[in-house]
Amino acid sequence: MARANRLPRTLDRALVTPEGVVLNVRLASASARAGALIIDLLLMLVTLGLLTWASFGLWSSGTAGGIAAILWMLGFFALRNFYFIAFESGPRAATIGKRLVKLRVVARDGGRLTTGAVVARNMMREVELMLPLTMLAMAMAEGGGSGTLSFGLAWAAIFLFLPLFNRDRLRAGDIVAGTWVVENERRKIGIDLIDAVATNGDTPSFSADELAVYGTFELHKLEAVLRQNEDAAIEAVAATIRGKLGRTDWGDDRVFLEAYYAALRGELEGGLLMGKRKADKFDTV
Amino acid sequence: MTDTRPLFAVRHFRAEREEDWARLEALLDRVEKRSARRLTDDDLSELPRLYRATLSALSIARETSLDAALIAYLEGLSTRAYFILYSAREPIGVKLKQFVRFGLPQAVRGIVPELLVIAALFFASALAGYFLVTADPEWFGAMVDPSLAAGRDMEASAETLRASLYDPPKQSGLEVFATMLFTHNSRIAILAFALGFAFGVPTLFLVASNGAMLGGFYAAFVPHGLGYGLTGWLMIHGTTEIFAILLAGAAGLHIGRAVAFPGSRARMAAASEAGRRAAKVMVGVVAMMLVAGLLEGFGRQLISQNLPRYAIGIVMLALWLVYFFGGRRGARE
Repeated sequence: MARANRLPRTLDRALVTPEGVVLNVRLASASARAGALIIDLLLMLVTLGLLTWASFGLWSSGTAGGIAAILWMLGFFALRNFYFIAFESGPRAATIGKRLVKLRVVARDGGRLTTGAVVARNMMREVELMLPLTMLAMAMAEGGGSGTLSFGLAWAAIFLFLPLFNRDRLRAGDIVAGTWVVENERRKIGIDLIDAVATNGDTPSFSADELAVYGTFELHKLEAVLRQNEDAAIEAVAATIRGKLGRTDWGDDRVFLEAYYAALRGELEGGLLMGKRKADKFDTV
Repeated sequence: MTDTRPLFAVRHFRAEREEDWARLEALLDRVEKRSARRLTDDDLSELPRLYRATLSALSIARETSLDAALIAYLEGLSTRAYFILYSAREPIGVKLKQFVRFGLPQAVRGIVPELLVIAALFFASALAGYFLVTADPEWFGAMVDPSLAAGRDMEASAETLRASLYDPPKQSGLEVFATMLFTHNSRIAILAFALGFAFGVPTLFLVASNGAMLGGFYAAFVPHGLGYGLTGWLMIHGTTEIFAILLAGAAGLHIGRAVAFPGSRARMAAASEAGRRAAKVMVGVVAMMLVAGLLEGFGRQLISQNLPRYAIGIVMLALWLVYFFGGRRGARE
């Protein structure tokens, strides 16, 4: 029985704000999540090393042995259980590792990310991460490992690799907390390519027929080529478009493409105002 | 026709609004750098206005503009603003007060059915452990970890057992002991909670094995007439610690139940609702473990009479019960 509303296979999801506007968010890939986790674990390891070094220094200095032991135990406890919670309850909703790979934690329903959710998703790490690691260490210590231990390890691995087996890349903590992790890349506002068009008399002009060849899809590809600004790509695209239009003027490629882009966009945007959206070159609107 | 640009151009649209977008971006940067408190009142009232302006600009751009980079920029900015605005939180102090006054007791009241099941299982396992070990002392080794028993087993003399209950501690570092107990017990509690995700089954095992261990200890002490003393020794911190363990187990089972039997809700929705409630309980559990660690590390080692031990244990239990179940039932989150 096919389910009526299967989720798309891509990582793109739509989120509707209370104002009724659809925002497209992209879920973090499994590799990005793993990368962020590795950065965080390394940071925790370094912090633990510093903590141990400081406690040991305090301990070997004599009188304060007890305090050193307490500091170490509490520090280790806090690091293990509250590192993720503390960072993710902040306004960025991301640990240092997540910030570096540009991710953030978000409530799945689009609502507030509550502290309860952050606590829930991170306490589950005890089973998802610490348990497999402990079992792995035990198996290594035993050398080869017994049957029970292998079974335990396999069982624990299910939790560890859970994100790979669902389309939303949810780990057990995300399921329990009702959260997911999305990309949080910041885009700069680029220049408007129309402004770059030279307005002197040398710019080529185009007839209505020439502007009816392409649609929005091609326009966006052309925009990407112009923004990337690679000579080889510009040359190839200019040659293709000239061929399609049957033009033989061999001016500067970039000037030609910018002029064509501006003209085509003006044409298509004019169409939009009239309620006509030409999707691509096959569209006959 | 030398100017190919249309009359209504996106650049007019963009030029009119660009300043707002830059200002919103700057405000968001400041909020993310944790200086929300340093925003002026003007900034704070400006933020939602700029957000809505950007959102409506996005809607217009989608319908009228074909500048993909501009739309992507507006979409990114709106999303960022949305997450910050709709995650607007109270200061941590207010949040903590709300949590202690309403959030935690309500969460605990929400898992009462599971708490009853876990408590019944725990005490039934303790009884089973007691009777099994009494019938056949061989069982003791199976129920109590030898390193934990530390000589307090079925062969131990009454003197050894009595000394383990009442003698002053040999080592002096009580505070170290208390800290160790706190971190160890909290870890076990968090594990019991997290294991609940596997339909609650491992949590039940964990609770049952702890109960059986308790029963095993009783089987070792009671024949020497030390049952009353052992109760006092356990009770001073146990009413807090065992209560906390039962709560952690109940929190785990709460999640397991929602995952296995979501009822009329979607499974994912049920899981996340249960998970958030259970997580609140767990914050309380960690706090209770801290209290239990102090009671066990200091209180039990320094107070060696039965009566004060019983008194402290009972008072603590009463405090927790009143705190969790005595509040206003109608209070909302």
